[in-house]
Amino acid sequence: MTSLPLLSLIVFVPWAGAALLAILRKAPPTTVRVVALLFSLSTLVLGLMALGDFDPARITPQFVERQAWIAALNVHYHLGLDGLSLVLVLLTGIVTPAALLASWRDERDPRLFGALFLTLQGAALGVFLALDFFHWFLFWELSLVPAFFLIKLWGGPGASRAAYQFVIYTIGGSAFMLLAFAALYVATGTLDFIQLAQAAADGTLGQKLATLGGWWPKAVFLGVLLGLAVKVPLWPFHTWLPSAYAEAPTGGSMFLTGVMSKMGVYGFLRLLWPLFPPQLHAASPCLLWLALGGVVLGAYAAMRQTDLKRMIAYSSINHLSYCLLALFAVANATGRPGLTSEATAAALSGTILQMFNHGLSAAALFFCVGIIESRSGGRRGLNDFGGVRTAAPIFAGLCGIAMFSSIGLPGLNGFVGEFLIFRGVFGLVPWAAAVACLGLLATALFLLTFWQRVFHGPVRGLAANLKDLSVLEIVTLAPLVALMFVFGIWPQFLAGLINPLVTTWAGHLSLP
Amino acid sequence: MNLDPLHLCLIFSSALFCIGLIGTLARSNTILVLLGIELMLNAANLNFIAFWRYGPSPVPATGVLFVLFSIAVAAAEAAVGLALVIAIYRHQKNVRLQEANHLKG
Amino acid sequence: MSLSVQLLWLIPALPLLAAGIGALTPRRGRGLAAGAAIGAMGIAFLLSCGALTTALAHPAAHAAHNFAWFDLGLGALRLGWLLDPLTAFMCVMVTFVGLLIFIFSVGYMHEDANFTRFFCFLSLFAAAMLGLLVANSLLLLFICWELVGLASYLLIGFWFHKPAAAAAAKKAFITTRIGDLGLLLGMLWLYDSTGSLLFYDGGAGVLEPNALGSLVAQTTVGGLAVSTAIGLLIFCGAIGKSGQFPLHVWLPDAMEGPTPVSALIHAATMVAAGVFLIARVYPLMAVDQLLAAPPLHALTVVATIGAITALMGALIGVAQSDIKRILAFSTVSQLGYMMLALGVGSWVAAIFHLLTHAFFKALLFLGAGSVIHAAHHEQDIRQLGGLRGPMRTTFATFAIGTMALTGVPFLFSGFWSKEGILHAAHEWDVSHLPFYAGLAAVVLTAFYMTRLVAETFYGSARSDSASHAHENPSVMTLPLVILAVCAIALGFLGTPVWPWLQARLLGQEEVHGHSLLEGGGLMILSIFLVALGLGVGWAIYGRKLRVSAAAPDPLETALPPVFATLRAKFGFDELYAATVGRLNNAIAVVADLLDRYVWDGAIRFLAVLGEFVGVVSRETDGDALNGGFNATSESLRDGGKAYSRAQTGEAHGYLRVIAIGFVLLVLAVMLGGGR
Repeated sequence: MTSLPLLSLIVFVPWAGAALLAILRKAPPTTVRVVALLFSLSTLVLGLMALGDFDPARITPQFVERQAWIAALNVHYHLGLDGLSLVLVLLTGIVTPAALLASWRDERDPRLFGALFLTLQGAALGVFLALDFFHWFLFWELSLVPAFFLIKLWGGPGASRAAYQFVIYTIGGSAFMLLAFAALYVATGTLDFIQLAQAAADGTLGQKLATLGGWWPKAVFLGVLLGLAVKVPLWPFHTWLPSAYAEAPTGGSMFLTGVMSKMGVYGFLRLLWPLFPPQLHAASPCLLWLALGGVVLGAYAAMRQTDLKRMIAYSSINHLSYCLLALFAVANATGRPGLTSEATAAALSGTILQMFNHGLSAAALFFCVGIIESRSGGRRGLNDFGGVRTAAPIFAGLCGIAMFSSIGLPGLNGFVGEFLIFRGVFGLVPWAAAVACLGLLATALFLLTFWQRVFHGPVRGLAANLKDLSVLEIVTLAPLVALMFVFGIWPQFLAGLINPLVTTWAGHLSLP
Repeated sequence: MNLDPLHLCLIFSSALFCIGLIGTLARSNTILVLLGIELMLNAANLNFIAFWRYGPSPVPATGVLFVLFSIAVAAAEAAVGLALVIAIYRHQKNVRLQEANHLKG
Repeated sequence: MSLSVQLLWLIPALPLLAAGIGALTPRRGRGLAAGAAIGAMGIAFLLSCGALTTALAHPAAHAAHNFAWFDLGLGALRLGWLLDPLTAFMCVMVTFVGLLIFIFSVGYMHEDANFTRFFCFLSLFAAAMLGLLVANSLLLLFICWELVGLASYLLIGFWFHKPAAAAAAKKAFITTRIGDLGLLLGMLWLYDSTGSLLFYDGGAGVLEPNALGSLVAQTTVGGLAVSTAIGLLIFCGAIGKSGQFPLHVWLPDAMEGPTPVSALIHAATMVAAGVFLIARVYPLMAVDQLLAAPPLHALTVVATIGAITALMGALIGVAQSDIKRILAFSTVSQLGYMMLALGVGSWVAAIFHLLTHAFFKALLFLGAGSVIHAAHHEQDIRQLGGLRGPMRTTFATFAIGTMALTGVPFLFSGFWSKEGILHAAHEWDVSHLPFYAGLAAVVLTAFYMTRLVAETFYGSARSDSASHAHENPSVMTLPLVILAVCAIALGFLGTPVWPWLQARLLGQEEVHGHSLLEGGGLMILSIFLVALGLGVGWAIYGRKLRVSAAAPDPLETALPPVFATLRAKFGFDELYAATVGRLNNAIAVVADLLDRYVWDGAIRFLAVLGEFVGVVSRETDGDALNGGFNATSESLRDGGKAYSRAQTGEAHGYLRVIAIGFVLLVLAVMLGGGR
């Protein structure tokens, strides 16, 4: 164990970078970009340092930092890292530099862009590492501010509306969550995740909540559920997502889909599921249908989109709904007699792997659409192009790999998570897995249609003058694509980090 | 009617005061208005001296002190007043008090 | 030389390496890409031969080497390699046919700008196909199965600038994926029921008695045994991949790819993967035969689908005019035969036919490729004709292939393998209908192949491109010759008199085939049917040769509605477009409308509601709260104005007021008595 406060460094180094950028008023744009990139890379470096000292066999949080903060409220500054957090920290460390590189050529105020981006990154990392609701929620809400400005100031023509909708919708959701936690605090007197989870596990949380009386226990659960459901988003709370993702600048879309959408799923895994197992179990039949709605109808809605960014955004809804489907299936099966831990462990592992893998492939796809957009002066319609593969073969190759990763082709990363999710869901709720298969089919259908229209056929439309990738773009995209192969062929790297954790979770599935 | 010195003094100072008052109210020349004010002030000073000199306890020189202060203040006041008059004159090329009404709210 | 099972991974790994080299080679590195691909395939062929010797030394053993892929739960997800005669024979076939097709491609693709990429994709395909063959885990098999599909997609769409090729590639991927979802579900079910996906794992594998016993003992919906349900789901995958009815629609369209691809993937190897899959999981498919009276045997479905496909493919083949599409439907039909053989219980007959078919169908496709290449990419048999003279080698080898396919007796491999299938179908005790379908398909196959050969090679050239055709270089003809030799020789490995291949596949030292006399009647019948098909075909197409490309087909003039139906492929494409396609679109529209209007509408409604609350509160603020403050401050300001009027700026006015005040003060003092 190092004596460094590693987790604090992970969270605050990006913020320090943002502060530094704020001071560097006269620096030339290239310097500013390099500084932003270096600071964003710190997450990867520190994350790998944490990985070096990480002990996967220990299931409790590691590198814990706990300081009394606001004694009157029993609030502690409490950071900790377990397998789940580590996976997401590494994902953030990979996606953020790529997103900054993707916006390298954007001439509009790179200093502010970098500063906002680093702030966003720090906030997301804070969410993944915080173990006390108080500052978890601070990070959670704080992430909205830079995201809002990134969308509004650097976005497309409809960006203003999309940004407002995004922020207000999300804040609306989190307001309920805040209220729910306030009630939870009144009932229990603590906001510490570990203590709350402990209380939930031995059943005291339920008793304490019951002291609030009436509808409160249910309302608390629903409040937290709503806050997280909007963030993920769970179908049908997703309508903010396509416009926000579509209007955001390329780097912003990459971060939003690669990292921010994971915050919601992370919340489900870290908050909702450990704290409210009986309520989640009771709600799961309904939630399963909603997740299936996201899987199937999300993919089908993508089929109707003519804006490529909106299409990829819908595919994100589809992919994240798989995660929720697995989680709800686990909740549904909780307490069932004769439940085997294998299916549960597979579902939970699949959820986490899917989060990571979707982060990679969706970010890469958004980057590819961004390349098309920047080459064609902002056009990104499904019918504006044709034969791009002839005009830009390297681009087509890398984009094709990202697309097939998104389809879930074995050998690339997307398959592992989806297979495990299906394996788990089939073992827990077989009919849901069967229905979800439709989503797999529809995903392949719309992505291949996209591919056929834009990349195949004779060169037409704006594709004629499309240049192939520059070195910078290859440098941005190639690592993501390489990682798709690495994690597709060697998933043990990630699975080894999370398996003891999910196995323990899977072994403790009982209703108090 | 037998008049003691105090009453004589008071009658005199009253007359002085009235002259000053009339001069103040009736004149339009600002300098003369200032003179009128000085007259009224000196009428008051005269009263102080008279009440001290013919009053019940003339020993501590309180009346004289008051008057000395008052004269000093009056001198300062006259200096300020005359400075104002010069300023007014510069501004409107005469010293007619009726025309110096531009400072009203 | 022998190859142990631990090193079996080398066989798929070598082509994979070649694919990697091909992917990273720039366009001008033609020699490197092709050399790497062919070299890797050659070594893989040698290794496969080594594996075959190993497997034949212990034909009954299922030598497996398993390893953990990644940790999962308390255990790990395990994959593995498997070496048994089935794997070994298939590997040898795939590497050998693949090697020849690779060599042929050097000539065929010579002029293509994307030569290196072609070899990259071909090697990728070979790697995936070989991986599929050596897999000892249904999951690994599925992974390779999907990669094979990917390679097929890439190669069908190789000339992606042609919209038809791009559409065909997508259609192939999506159609096979429909089947693959069945396979996925079957696999998940199997995994969930047995806790393993390894075929053979020292007693714990899913194809070993323990697991099979438990699977067949449980029942599920409709009284089906779980093993039957899983078997049928797995069969869905085979239906998709092997172009069986009703998912056969992609295979003819797949002919948009370069012809070597059609030969390698869509005739010889990939489409046979479905047959291989069913043969591989045959113990699972067949275990429900032990049940006394199940509602359905999985194999009955297999046989039925196979029989329908065999007949349907042959029927459609009669009326096509694209040389590759005729061969494609022939492939569909022959794959139906294989499924039929599997279904009636003779998986060795299916594999035997698979092996022989791979050689002669690859031969036919390469022959067609040779024709197409010589005739400047003219594929319509009505435009060809008279190629017998200028293309002697191609004609001779194509004729051998045709005779092998139609089952010309004794000398040609197709006769023996088809005879085995018909024999097995005849002995099936459930129904004789598949047997009759098979017999009908024999006649039809002979008929349409005669038509194909007569129109292509006889008569006179009916277009410029055909008249300028000349024989191809030896890099293309040599593979044809080698394949032609194999198309003859391979049959003798499995004749009823000496069924060496069948014995090795079954893992027995000797198998007593039925004697020639025992199956004699059947054999005579099938010889008669072949002769009938050839005779009728020659009578219609050979004696009176087509004179111009525009002339109608004799069959078309004789039976217009039948011909039109067959030519339209029974209208499956249109049917699917009208049903599945529409349904799909309808769901998409509904999903989109839901989003656009219902969910987004709800949000907008909330927003409007919020705005309404805002307006209401603004009004309330304006009138009730702000009004009070406003009134107070208004009156204050009025008062101030009134007082300020007293300030006139007139010093005399002020003095007067002071004076009056003073007077009043004095009066007050005097009247108040000085108090």
